[in-house]
Amino acid sequence: MATGTIKIRAQLSGDSTEVKALFKHDMETGLRKDKTTGEKIPAHFIKEVTCEHNGHLVFTAKWNVSISKDPYLSFKFKGAAKGDTVKVSWVDNKGDTDSSTAQVA
Amino acid sequence: MVSIKRRTFLKGTAATGAVVVAIGTGVLKPSNVLAAWPEDAFSQKTSAEALSKLFGTASITESGDIDLKTPDIAENGAVVPVSVSTTLANVQSISILVDKNPQPLACSCDLTGVVEGYVSTRIKMGETSNVIAVVKTAKGIFSTKRMVKVTIGGCGG
Repeated sequence: MATGTIKIRAQLSGDSTEVKALFKHDMETGLRKDKTTGEKIPAHFIKEVTCEHNGHLVFTAKWNVSISKDPYLSFKFKGAAKGDTVKVSWVDNKGDTDSSTAQVA
Repeated sequence: MVSIKRRTFLKGTAATGAVVVAIGTGVLKPSNVLAAWPEDAFSQKTSAEALSKLFGTASITESGDIDLKTPDIAENGAVVPVSVSTTLANVQSISILVDKNPQPLACSCDLTGVVEGYVSTRIKMGETSNVIAVVKTAKGIFSTKRMVKVTIGGCGG
């Protein structure tokens, strides 16, 4: 279980909350070769990101290897108030996972 | 432990209706089940095949109501910012594809009712190609595309 890999900001503007999340992950495609050994570096990438607002699932992103290294994700949703909890979690193809929470500001 | 079972589960669902069994045995939370990773769609080599695997249909309408924001020229194909916003109502999912990538489907986002039609992320592009945004709503599937020139590819090698 990874820790400290997610930075979240949730900003309320009008009735809409913009969630921005920055992840720390290699996002290996499985196509690159190690320059010294010539062997392929196995794929290692986040497959799925979920976001919950006060415990309710609002958003799911399913990713392929073609999402950039140290991924960025942003989306907007309605119905949140200041101080509400937003939780973002990810799962990668090796089964590793992390999650983090933030307050709506 | 849970995550290992989850991998096994994902393999199983491709062939059978193991979803119901998995819920019954309590291996998975419902949120995970909703989001089974569509391996079939992600592994396709062309956009058309990926889309037909993802949505089960090839009927996709071009729409002017989707705003796809990308740079015209991406100096570094490893990091290409892409945002999709749409004024279409009842958006269920937003997907992003890169036509000439080895696996065109880059991401597919499921939106619940409270989420607005907007997603922004950063993708890798192997070479100059069309980027396609596909929006699924209650009324059908709509798409728009945009050419992005890449000067240095981002798919390894």
